[in-house]
Amino acid sequence: MQGFLDIFDIYLLEAVINGILLGGVLALLALGLNLIFGVIDVTWICYAELVMIGMYAMYFLVQYYGISYFIAAPLTILLVAALGGLLHFLVIAPLLTAPPINQLLATGGVLFVLQSFATVAFGIDFRNLGIRLPVLAFGEMNFSYARLLSFLAALVGMVAVYLFMTRTFTGIAIRAISQDRQIMALMGVDTKKLYIITSALGGALAGLAACLLVLQYDVHPFVGLSFGPITFLICVLGGLGNFIGGFVAAFVFAEIISLGGLFSDLEWGYVLAFGFFILMMFIRPAGLFARRS
Amino acid sequence: MTGQGRYAAWIVGLAALVALPFVYRDPYHLHILVLILIWSFAYTSWSMMGRFGLVSLGHGGFMGIGAYVTALLWNHVGLSPWIGIPISMVTAGVLALIVGYPCFRFRITGHYFVLVTLALSGIVLQVITATRDWTGGSLGYTPNRAATNRWLALQFDDKTTWYLIALGTWLFGIVVWHWVDRSMSRYALEAISEDEDAAAAAGVDVTAEKLKITLISALMTALAGAIYCQYQMFITPDTVSGISVSLQMVFAAIVGGLYVSLGPTIGAIITILLAETLRIGFGTKAVGWDNLVYGLLLVLFIIFLPKGILGSVLDRLKPQRKVSPSS
Repeated sequence: MQGFLDIFDIYLLEAVINGILLGGVLALLALGLNLIFGVIDVTWICYAELVMIGMYAMYFLVQYYGISYFIAAPLTILLVAALGGLLHFLVIAPLLTAPPINQLLATGGVLFVLQSFATVAFGIDFRNLGIRLPVLAFGEMNFSYARLLSFLAALVGMVAVYLFMTRTFTGIAIRAISQDRQIMALMGVDTKKLYIITSALGGALAGLAACLLVLQYDVHPFVGLSFGPITFLICVLGGLGNFIGGFVAAFVFAEIISLGGLFSDLEWGYVLAFGFFILMMFIRPAGLFARRS
Repeated sequence: MTGQGRYAAWIVGLAALVALPFVYRDPYHLHILVLILIWSFAYTSWSMMGRFGLVSLGHGGFMGIGAYVTALLWNHVGLSPWIGIPISMVTAGVLALIVGYPCFRFRITGHYFVLVTLALSGIVLQVITATRDWTGGSLGYTPNRAATNRWLALQFDDKTTWYLIALGTWLFGIVVWHWVDRSMSRYALEAISEDEDAAAAAGVDVTAEKLKITLISALMTALAGAIYCQYQMFITPDTVSGISVSLQMVFAAIVGGLYVSLGPTIGAIITILLAETLRIGFGTKAVGWDNLVYGLLLVLFIIFLPKGILGSVLDRLKPQRKVSPSS
């Protein structure tokens, strides 16, 4: 019995730590989405599909053109950032005054477009980078090196965004816009330009997430569906537009998935996470850290 | 068109639709018609809520429950779909109430409502996949063939019977749509979609009205799932549940027109014909192209024609008609 408990604890600890590592990337994804929502007040349903396009970009740059991973990564981030700006310019900007549901559904259409574009252009094969990072053994626990790297890169990305938002003039203007959209335009701020910059920044975060996820997962046109919904739920659980809430919620979700997967199949981890989400919506409808208004 | 002329047009149209399979028997074309009718019914069910601003992405979940509960009861318990379908509908209805009540009670609207319902269809999809010992997981599931009594098992081989069943179901959906359209609830729900607080202050029971329409919509969607399963005799989690099915419903309803009774039907005709034409014209090369066109159309429609094809055409035909406030 004692031996059984010891083994069990090791697995438990491993699952907890893996959950934290998973949480890093989820937090990065949630940050990008929250940024867009907080500033432009739009939910990009197609956010995970931008990540998917980024993953394909990484795949082709590294596998097909033989570019080194560390050069391909910034290129991918730039590409997805451009896509984000373009998405705002083409789809969101004409709909800024439409009901919010229309904006959400229009990005749902973009989801279909990106998914089927990938199907048409790249086929439905699963592809991977072919880079296999070693597994890190720590005591009796095994961690994937790719996950650790993703976690660290995600943290660096988040700190960079934080510094941008608090230390630069543009960042402060973006935060000001999220507080009052009408007044900022009256103050002589070019809101259109700031919206494009924010969208590009959100796209860049999706690109960074793509560079990290491509190390762990195979790319296929529907890969977005496997982490897209979870990203939205994280943002809503943390309170849409609430950066800190999203950050904490990402780790809560990652732990639920990781621990749920430990006791049963991975799907049940997701079922638990979704169920927890619905429950939390009823207890704290405006997010974990909602300010009482 | 006068009221009488409208009734006459409906009756002539329906008579033609009922007579069709007895005159024209091409099985492939009948198959397409059956699919159009079943999906039209599903899209109509979605638009019952959608037209009042209650945009749900959980309907994929209700449809999956309708299909899987019916099939599972038949295969494992031997319960005839005649009893299984009502049970599956009740299951979906109970789930709708469990999720709907707190949503409406705590004023979860807009983005938040969309995302909570998105979680719901995510849960149903994952549960179907996770219980693969019973449901066959993502490989799909087939109801057992009935050995003797076909009526009891609701399994028919000829397309004509299915055509008539699908036509009846579709007509039922349209009738319910009109019934809601003429009820007091319609005005209450339109008021709610404009301004919840004002509606509540004017004496509308916001939670009860929303729950009613959600329940009707969920029951009908589950029925659509069950009929689809009985017709196709093969279901997979991805074709009857999940987020993509939910988005498909939203898309077809918006393209056809949310605010008119035949809008979702027009949406189903357009989307299914588009997919079939591409499939026949391009074969396996067409994989993905249909969704690419759907997606582009969806974006363009929301930007330029938010009332959908039928809605815009009807507005154009009758410029003097009073436009309902929600549109």
